[in-house]
Amino acid sequence: MSVEFSFLLVQALSGLASASSLFIIASGLTLVFGVTRIVNFAHGSFYMLGAYVAVTIVPWLLQIERSPTLFFAGVLISACVVGVLGVLMEILLLRRIYKVPELFQLLATFGVVLMVQDAVLKIWGPLDIPGPRAPGLRHGVMILDQRFPAYELFLIAAGPVVLGLLWLLMHKTRFGILLRAATRDRDMVGALGVNQALLFTGTLFLGAFLAGLGGALQIPRVSASAQMDLSIITEAFVVTVIGGMGSIGGAFLAALLIGQLQAFGVLIFPKITLVLVFLLMALVLVVKPWGLLGRPESAAGHTALPEGIMQPRGFAVAEKLLLLLAVLAAASVPIFGDTYTIKVATEVLIFALAAFSLNFLVGNGGIVSFGHAAYFGLGAYASGLLVTKLGMPMEPALIAAPLAGGFFAALFGFFIVRLQGIYLAMLTLAFAQIAYAVCFQWVEVTGGDNGIVGVWPSAWAASRSAYHYIVLVAAMAGILALRHVIYAPFGASLRAARDSAQRAEAIGIDVRTHRWLGFTIAGAAAGLAGGLYAFSKGSIDPTLLGIPLSVDFLAMILLGGMQTVMGPVLGAAAFHSIKDVFMPLTDHWRFLLGASIIALVLIFPRGLGGAYAALRARFSGGAP
Amino acid sequence: MDSIFFGRRALLAGGAGLAAAAIGRGAAAQGAPIRIGELNSYGRMAAFCIPYRNAMQMAAEQINAAGGVMGGRRLEFVFRDDGSTPGDAVRVAEELLTRENVAFIAGTFLSNVGLAVSDFANQRKRLFFATEPLSDALTMAQGNRYTWRLRPSTFMQTRMLVEAARGKTQKRWAIVAPNYEYGQSAAANFKRLIGGAIPGAEIIAEQYPALGRVDAGATVGALAQARPDAIFNALFGPDLTAFVREGNTRGLFERRFVLSLLTGEPEYMIPLGDESPEGWVVTGYPLDQVEGAEHRAFVEAYRARFNDTPRKGSLLGYVTVQVLANMLNRANSLDNEVLVDTLRDLRSDTVVGNVTMRGIDQQGTMGTWVGETTQRNGQGTMRNARYADGADYMFPEEEVRAARRA
Amino acid sequence: MTLLVVENLNKNFGGVVAARNVSFSLAAGEILAMIGPNGAGKSTSFNMVGGQLRPDSGRVLLAGQDITGLPPRAVCRLGVGRSFQVAQTFLSMSVQENLQMALIAHAGRTRDMLARSSALYRDEALALLDQVGMAKVADRPMGALAYGDVKRVELAIALSGAPRLLLMDEPTAGMAPAERAALMRLVAGIARRSAIGVLFTEHDMDAVFAHADRILVLVRGEIIAAGTPEDVRANPEVQRVYLGTSGLRAALRARAAAHG
Repeated sequence: MSVEFSFLLVQALSGLASASSLFIIASGLTLVFGVTRIVNFAHGSFYMLGAYVAVTIVPWLLQIERSPTLFFAGVLISACVVGVLGVLMEILLLRRIYKVPELFQLLATFGVVLMVQDAVLKIWGPLDIPGPRAPGLRHGVMILDQRFPAYELFLIAAGPVVLGLLWLLMHKTRFGILLRAATRDRDMVGALGVNQALLFTGTLFLGAFLAGLGGALQIPRVSASAQMDLSIITEAFVVTVIGGMGSIGGAFLAALLIGQLQAFGVLIFPKITLVLVFLLMALVLVVKPWGLLGRPESAAGHTALPEGIMQPRGFAVAEKLLLLLAVLAAASVPIFGDTYTIKVATEVLIFALAAFSLNFLVGNGGIVSFGHAAYFGLGAYASGLLVTKLGMPMEPALIAAPLAGGFFAALFGFFIVRLQGIYLAMLTLAFAQIAYAVCFQWVEVTGGDNGIVGVWPSAWAASRSAYHYIVLVAAMAGILALRHVIYAPFGASLRAARDSAQRAEAIGIDVRTHRWLGFTIAGAAAGLAGGLYAFSKGSIDPTLLGIPLSVDFLAMILLGGMQTVMGPVLGAAAFHSIKDVFMPLTDHWRFLLGASIIALVLIFPRGLGGAYAALRARFSGGAP
Repeated sequence: MDSIFFGRRALLAGGAGLAAAAIGRGAAAQGAPIRIGELNSYGRMAAFCIPYRNAMQMAAEQINAAGGVMGGRRLEFVFRDDGSTPGDAVRVAEELLTRENVAFIAGTFLSNVGLAVSDFANQRKRLFFATEPLSDALTMAQGNRYTWRLRPSTFMQTRMLVEAARGKTQKRWAIVAPNYEYGQSAAANFKRLIGGAIPGAEIIAEQYPALGRVDAGATVGALAQARPDAIFNALFGPDLTAFVREGNTRGLFERRFVLSLLTGEPEYMIPLGDESPEGWVVTGYPLDQVEGAEHRAFVEAYRARFNDTPRKGSLLGYVTVQVLANMLNRANSLDNEVLVDTLRDLRSDTVVGNVTMRGIDQQGTMGTWVGETTQRNGQGTMRNARYADGADYMFPEEEVRAARRA
Repeated sequence: MTLLVVENLNKNFGGVVAARNVSFSLAAGEILAMIGPNGAGKSTSFNMVGGQLRPDSGRVLLAGQDITGLPPRAVCRLGVGRSFQVAQTFLSMSVQENLQMALIAHAGRTRDMLARSSALYRDEALALLDQVGMAKVADRPMGALAYGDVKRVELAIALSGAPRLLLMDEPTAGMAPAERAALMRLVAGIARRSAIGVLFTEHDMDAVFAHADRILVLVRGEIIAAGTPEDVRANPEVQRVYLGTSGLRAALRARAAAHG
């Protein structure tokens, strides 16, 4: 036999070591979600901080004595330091936003990610910092005829030990019992008269501690670098979702699965490790909508006000004037602005359409998509490929963009609309990543990560101003059409299904089909935006389908206010302007962007549109 | 030749250090400054780009202290983060050209960003001096009149390495490379070239871990299982550190010949520290062994100015400014058409010696060093390093013509 | 003719029997109550009729047509309106819009992307609200109503499709006693007037004995007794497992009050 048993054994052990590390990190994430219901993007930042603190503390301790005790003491200290940072985040930020919509919390934690990234660069510098090896565990151990790192054997044991300790904590301590109670039913904890703030602070400590521990334990294997946060966070999310959000046992099972999948996946598909985990997640969610060991969220139906567009009202006279003014301003940019202003204005219009289409799903339909950029990007690819590969002119290629966006939204949406809540959101992410991986990997057609250049408009539309007008017309047509649908029976049906799927079914609405159709329409609109974007940039590449762009879109609708109809347009303009102001100022523009996102969430917890609506209500309410 | 003259003057200023630069500034250069837009991934790829920017600033200061360019005009760089995505970069490029009134643009690190900006420059008919992106496509299939590159491309660096393997007897090769354009094209170039250097060489295993996410245990296990005689590696940064550690512990590199791209560059060598591999044949930058008084003076001036050792990025930044200054002096115009024509086969004397911007593919002949890794005082360095002049490793001319015609 | 016929419905949840051979029938204009202790399988049987649950075996016939396993929306279109234990309405909409939405759905216009939903079926919505005494709050946001009023609006929604059969899962749960009686009187009145069959579950024995024509008693998934309120009250088995003596007294009081 060509593949020996000893090799398979060692490969499986490698998988176990990765699984252990992954579990330790994911257990913290799932814990925090279970108790606070916050999707904590900053968990990856805690992991990174754990590694950075450890590569700072541990070598210093090892100077005293090169002993394993001091090494692991250093690892634990690092984890505690990160735990304290978690507490700080809870007290300074999260505590103020438990009452705001879940998506805002997510956005705020994303702001933290951006800030930590730049802070780490500032404090530790841009070079990767390799940590010291663990004394006493530097060597390799012979397993049959293969050499295997002793440290990884230790890691294999560490995962189950953490699992065991967590079990003890959850079942034998009052804190743990409260954690479990809160995970099952948050209101119950309030009813028990427990100090909820203290419970949440403790949870954040534990969650951040586990992330920090995961990071600190990695230092003998990988060097601390400023990119490690984002590389771990998606994987940690995948583990928690496959396992079932809030289930620690499920996270353990999922980590084992993913560890083995990667260890053996590289043998069979050395090029698709990028997407294997997402394929697995998509598969699991299609078969088990609540993950392996997750519980269905209570099916009793909502009794709380939904987050999203409430009664959409028409424009008041003053607002119509304002709108007219805005359109005139957008139309006159090419007359008064320089080419750069035109470019920025064009982009704002395109993003406004994309953001509007996302809010059509999120705000109006209650369907939270973490992967909306996929349809934007696929639209861009459809246009770009038609122009560069088939030599088509711009006009038909632009028509293909919404068709492509709509087609893939229909394809993916068929599975997506079967799920609910965070699982649905994660499935949108999985499909987006699969689409991303295809664009990234299918080099012959898509040009791989280099993408394709030469996607320029037809001659008559080549000037910046001409193209600006095309975008203005197309984006406005798209936005107004979607807006019309929101006010039409179909849009109302989506809101009805969001408010109460049970009631909607009981009055004869086929909820799933309506959501599917809504998803397709939103995908088509995003595709159109993507096509417009491709021609404005002249190139397409996989970042157009990437998670960062999806997050940007979410940020736009949240900043604008997802409970208002026109808020996303405002949000797109605000978000783009913030980025545009900060980027030229400093290399650390991500820090400023993160800080302003957090500030906006704190000051305008309902977005700019929400703030406007509140202001309007106050003035009209005060009038006789 | 005035380029030599210019080089010496810059050198003098460099030797005198900051004080001279500060005094010389106002006095020496007059007239409207010449502004150049530099966009790069200073945030995301800070390890390479910050030392690069430092050296550019230092070079500009030295040139200005020595009288500037084009008969006394100051050289000014406007630095911008390119956002590390093509979409952001193209917008930033537009901003530099319209708002900052830069004469032309330079920079970019990631290949996809470089290609997008290159196409944008072609559309706007403005010079784009691509400094760092390695993608072969930039000067080959997707090359255009306005895009010029200085740094040796993936093909050139791979070719230098493969030449260094000539005469070896290892036939069974394994490839490990990051899964994106640079890694894929390094692997493709290697597959294409290795047969010429070692007749009968075959590729028996390939691993393409995702960039920044190498699962080192699984990857090393898979490579070892194939029992290769030799390994070609294109991993760098954190992936490289993880790979080397895991490989060392598991004995992957024992009795195996390793060719490794970029590993000898200080950016990637310094983090490896006392775990730097022994005897790998690599491309890199052995700072302590550079030849030529000018080059050594550059290293010293950089150390003095930034209290840090220069990196490969620093050298690239410095040489970039030298070439650009030479171009401006020769062209004596900011008309981008004139600038592009001036660049064609422009020879510049730089700290690494003569660099020619070859006209046919608009690729510079700047080279790099090839040598063996070794350890000295717990730090990785190179031995038997020699400067491989890029001119000897360029794409064959017929191939360029075929690629650029298509 | 018989409006609803339920034959031998069975449902297990992971080995736990929630319904065993449940059979009953209901005539147009008749009010049938389903009672039993918590966990007796009332909601399960109820949801199998409404389409929310698919039975393991057995049949549900509506006016002779087999509707077993049809999804709720299809059951609805065949003329079944229902209310839920925890009232389900569209909280983001106004009271009137809730009714407009229901009417749009019954008209099969939910995929309409051109019309403006707020302009559709305004008068019909008001008429329905008037029927349940809620016309005066038509413009209020649904979320601002007291729970008793929400239940009334839900009843109006359930009636919006002009149903032949009304399914009501604990229609008075969570309401004040005075409101309960009023709501049940309202339901009974509408049912008799329009010859709508009503199947309801209820914990409030006053409501059951006051208005039901017949009563089914479920215990551990099985019907242990069925018949007129008098029959059920007299059934010793029912008294033993469910009603008890105090429950019986309460039931007698309720009967007296309703007819007194």
